[in-house]
Amino acid sequence: MDDLIKLVESEYNGQKAAHPEFGPGDTINVHVRISEGNKERIQQFQGTVLQKRNKGGNGETFTVRKISNGIGVERIFPLISPSIAKIEVIRKGKVRRARLFYLRGKYGKAAKVRERRI
Amino acid sequence: MPGIIGIKVGMTSVYDENGKSMACTLIQAGPCVVTQVKTDETDGYSAVQLGFDEKKEKNTTKPLQGHFQKSGSSPKHKIKEFDGFNQELKPGDVVKLEDVFQEGEFVDVVGSSKGKGFQGVVKRHNFGGVGQSTHGQHNRQRHPGAIGACSYPARVFKGLKMGGRTGNQKVKVANLKVLKMIPEKNLLVVNGSIPGAKNSYVFIEK
Repeated sequence: MDDLIKLVESEYNGQKAAHPEFGPGDTINVHVRISEGNKERIQQFQGTVLQKRNKGGNGETFTVRKISNGIGVERIFPLISPSIAKIEVIRKGKVRRARLFYLRGKYGKAAKVRERRI
Repeated sequence: MPGIIGIKVGMTSVYDENGKSMACTLIQAGPCVVTQVKTDETDGYSAVQLGFDEKKEKNTTKPLQGHFQKSGSSPKHKIKEFDGFNQELKPGDVVKLEDVFQEGEFVDVVGSSKGKGFQGVVKRHNFGGVGQSTHGQHNRQRHPGAIGACSYPARVFKGLKMGGRTGNQKVKVANLKVLKMIPEKNLLVVNGSIPGAKNSYVFIEK
């Protein structure tokens, strides 16, 4: 029975493999396809990954937070949706938890995540 | 109404061409065997009886064993009548998923909802409860309130909504879009949710 669910989800395996690995604390740039009428363009959204949810299944999502004109903006993206054209990992972050909600109240230097150097 | 019998597999999500996520339910539907063909002359109405899911002969009653033998099929767990199939069917024929449905079509799914046991009026009939927890109220937050007047009619009306056994009832969900069909695995993917637990039988109608 589970095999059948995996069979339907396997259709998106290529989509999943196309994205690089990233996790909470990483700074990423998400390229989103936006269709206006019959025209299509790419919008970029760059920020820190706060969390990844529903790992494994088709419903996997991730939350990206950025400060836009002094106002915190968060967007939740479905990971394997065809509307995500590309994900770039700009910077790896060094964090000790899976959900970085503590960044929400902080601005400037306080909201900085230390970089993970390999 | 043409249809087929299936088993609920589970739920996942798929994406449409715009990148929108859609919840979907997987149903293992068919292949079904025609166990009886009813006609106007012999039965007063016309229908096709389909059987689904193998069953051991020792678990089948003698009368049903005879019924299945007549059509030349092995005993089946579930039998159900449908009508209006495109092709002529005779006992022993196999009805497959792709004979009945196409991708993009809208179907109805009939099944038994999950049993909830004895439930109060708030869960069972969407009552609001008493509404207050202060001003002298205690131990009655989820109660139904008054169930009738006093010396006239001096009884409680029949059919009044009260607590009781909830769920495990026949439920039909209409107009679910067929998102995908995988005929070699007898798999039907419909948009949205369908009644019942995993591994429960469902009837899919056009």
